[in-house]
Amino acid sequence: MTVTHDVIIVGGGGAGLRAAIAVAETDPGLSVAVVSKVYPMRSHTVSAEGGAAGAIADDDSFEEHIYDTISGSDWLADQDAVEAFVREAPEQLLQLEHWGCPWSREPDGTVAVRPFGGMRKKRTWFAADKTGFHMLHTLFQTTLKYPPVTRYDEWFVTKLLIEDGRVAGVVAIELMSGRIETLLARSVILASGGCGRVFPFTTNAAIKTGDGMALAYRAGVPLKDMEFVQYHPTGLPFTGILITEAARAEGGWLLNKDGYRYLQDYDLGQPTEQPVLRSMELGPRDRVSQAFVGEVEKGRTIDSRYGPVTHLDLRHLGAKVIDSKLPFVRELCRKYEKIDPVTDLIPVRPVVHYVMGGVHTDSNGATPLPGLYAAGEVACVSINGANRLGSNSLPELVVFGARAGVAAARHAAEHPPASSPAIEAQARDEHRRLQDLLGRTGGTERLADVREQMQHVMEGSAGIYRDGGSLAKAAGTLRELQERAGAATIDDPSRTFNTELTSALELSAMLDLAECMVHSAWRREESRGAHQRTDFPARDDERFLAHSMASRDPDGVPHVSYLPVTITGWPPGERIYGR
Amino acid sequence: MTTSTEPGFEVRLYRPKVPRFWWARRPSYLLFILRELSSLFVAWFVAFLLVLVYAVGQGAAAYQDFLDFAANPFVIAVNVVALAFVVLHAVTFFQAAPQTTVVRLRGRRVPPALLAVPIFGGWVVVSAFLIWLVVLA
Amino acid sequence: MQDRITLQVARYRPEQESKPTFDEYEVPLREDWAVLDGLNYVKDRLDGTLSYRWSCRMGICGSCGMTANGEPVLSCAAFLSDFAPGPVRIEPLRNFPVIRDLVIEMTDFMHKLGRVKPWIINEQEPAEGAHGEYLQTPAELEDYHQYSMCINCMLCYSACPVYGLDPSFVGPAAIALAQRYNLDSRDEGDALRMAELSSHDGVWGCTFVGECTKACPKGVDPAGAIQRYKVTAATDAAKSLLLPRAAGR
Repeated sequence: MTVTHDVIIVGGGGAGLRAAIAVAETDPGLSVAVVSKVYPMRSHTVSAEGGAAGAIADDDSFEEHIYDTISGSDWLADQDAVEAFVREAPEQLLQLEHWGCPWSREPDGTVAVRPFGGMRKKRTWFAADKTGFHMLHTLFQTTLKYPPVTRYDEWFVTKLLIEDGRVAGVVAIELMSGRIETLLARSVILASGGCGRVFPFTTNAAIKTGDGMALAYRAGVPLKDMEFVQYHPTGLPFTGILITEAARAEGGWLLNKDGYRYLQDYDLGQPTEQPVLRSMELGPRDRVSQAFVGEVEKGRTIDSRYGPVTHLDLRHLGAKVIDSKLPFVRELCRKYEKIDPVTDLIPVRPVVHYVMGGVHTDSNGATPLPGLYAAGEVACVSINGANRLGSNSLPELVVFGARAGVAAARHAAEHPPASSPAIEAQARDEHRRLQDLLGRTGGTERLADVREQMQHVMEGSAGIYRDGGSLAKAAGTLRELQERAGAATIDDPSRTFNTELTSALELSAMLDLAECMVHSAWRREESRGAHQRTDFPARDDERFLAHSMASRDPDGVPHVSYLPVTITGWPPGERIYGR
Repeated sequence: MTTSTEPGFEVRLYRPKVPRFWWARRPSYLLFILRELSSLFVAWFVAFLLVLVYAVGQGAAAYQDFLDFAANPFVIAVNVVALAFVVLHAVTFFQAAPQTTVVRLRGRRVPPALLAVPIFGGWVVVSAFLIWLVVLA
Repeated sequence: MQDRITLQVARYRPEQESKPTFDEYEVPLREDWAVLDGLNYVKDRLDGTLSYRWSCRMGICGSCGMTANGEPVLSCAAFLSDFAPGPVRIEPLRNFPVIRDLVIEMTDFMHKLGRVKPWIINEQEPAEGAHGEYLQTPAELEDYHQYSMCINCMLCYSACPVYGLDPSFVGPAAIALAQRYNLDSRDEGDALRMAELSSHDGVWGCTFVGECTKACPKGVDPAGAIQRYKVTAATDAAKSLLLPRAAGR
């Protein structure tokens, strides 16, 4: 049996749900399906804490937000896309407010904004320190009032179906029963998030395995800027749990083992009592994380059971501020580190948090494959370029989720559904492939071992600082790991809720993405934003003011080409923080 | 158009049965059941008091009959048990009360735990007064 | 401190058996390991056939609810060292049908969330501020904020004996969610939610056992939300009896 919809959205997080609403509002006659491997409330949007940027303050302007974003991106962002994004962010955040999102307020009842890293003005809207949680639940609850939205909860999409050079639907596994189904559609929107789980220390949840990026990559769509991986400066040492940047925005300090605010040694300004925007602890994430590595090399970090850490000091903020602005941070520290930020220093280290790269799209979320759209962390428009500013990714979800939804709805209305024996054959092949996987109980090693090796290679060769030699070696190792993953044992041969099978599929996706990251990093012989090459320490606008486009060769290896960055009103300049 | 997939298969859910003595398995559930049972004893006290009042109204003889009845060891035993349950009823009632309302003082919500103080305090004061009235005065 | 602990994990493989059995696994006992870390160790190293839900491992996504030594917990927030010396008995969340191992069937819960109309309903647009937002003071935000913290983990349904005995009960989280909207100053949908909430399966099914609030890892206090609504519903019923025109506003 086959199911048909007009628009299929893969992923039920902030971008996917926003897109679903956009489709339903653009054309209530269209049937839209949200297909997600987890229930929507579990999507990783839920863990975002700090806030969502939208320029609304009297002393703020779109131009300043645009400039902050472009300079934050180390000039790799496409400026036309950034302009559209910045202009639409406030109206989308306002729409969320009308839908019930509990934004924190000023005493007069208007929405409050707070400072955030890399931003010249206060423009980050926030819902205490659980902004993503509130946005996601607001969106999810709001989708419940649109009858055209059908949900396929806990359905794992394994392949994009393509016919006549355009998207025709997907093949997915219903996890509960294990049955494999074909879902046809006229448009497909990928909104399945990033792939932080490629690295061993990450704020990301278990589900962030880049499944959607791999779907597009294997369908011939290039992945853009994959070498740009953001390390968030303050994650907890063992778990990688995120301690929001808002803690620094409220005035927190980063201290080395001598109690010294070390960021002042890394051209990020001078320490002051109160936080100064775009300076010191409110610098951009790439520079703050790089400073940590500097401290490690100088031997000024603190040794913990889980490696070197520095300290985040919130004690001077006082219990009142912490309880009203950072209650979740206090809860997390007590629970997972058994410390109280009101009286203790928090051990932190940079951990992988966000992937700037992703499926290549234009500013309407359209990929080069007709009918295929992408929005959110899975996509790369690019508005984040080589480094994303904190609090830009939540508005990114709703701005581009809405744009992709509108575009996908239009496409669906204008194109007939695909149906042909070719699609049936593709689907049958996919069924057979999945069934073969289930039979692989006698494999040579455990999935977890291959996964850990991959993560180890990535942290070592594609971490905060990289060099050509170790990237080349990593590329070779990853090829080997692809083979080993293909022979790893899948203990569980059953159909009912088989999470071993999904682990295998996820590992395969992650290996493809890891290869794209490594090859893109290897080819980019410069340092820009979050991609730092010790053998090419300078930024090279002549050769590399361009996006890396990683496309899949017939033998499965990524091959990298370049696409120039769109510059409109902001010619490349120096990134200056703290002065 | 149909695409041949394998035949749809049933998901065989396991539906655990709630055990017959579910309430005995957790102290909190047991307390809950006893609390609910205590309403019967509250009803007994109410009935007992109503009969007492009626007997007083009927004159000295009827009142004496009632006192003889109340002095019966079996009735005393029932009343002792009833008293225990009624105290349980009162305590759990007052413990639960703060959770059912939101009291605001100067714009902020009074934490429910704090409401227990005036509630229990009030109960103690009223009980002390009644004991004085009925027993001592 | 001991360095190993035994997990007794409920297994249910519908393709092989008709009811659950238990498998035992010995896992390292590390000071900062949660039950979830123990389960991941089992799956990664010992037995890949064990199925369970998890995602954020920081107590915000609500995926990992299960029963540990008889208590409903989030496996990412229950620490192995608190169960030492063990063994730790790990079972799926009570009161739900079991799909497989520790994975329960939650479509009933999802339907119930939808039935209380959990979205902003207003006929007249609330007063707007300088940026176009509906004005809402910090005090008005606080009125409902607690009830907006629910992560949909279903520990409250697992703790509720009423739901266990009668699954048609709407349940703690759904009612708390309805209250989240009822008490939101921007919403005017109370009347539309009333039928669902004042029904026999709504608040009146609750006998205030109070276990839901105890089990809630986010301090939502669903029991409080339900009792408050009983007051609201009863007041409204009284009003409509005595003052038919004033009621239903």
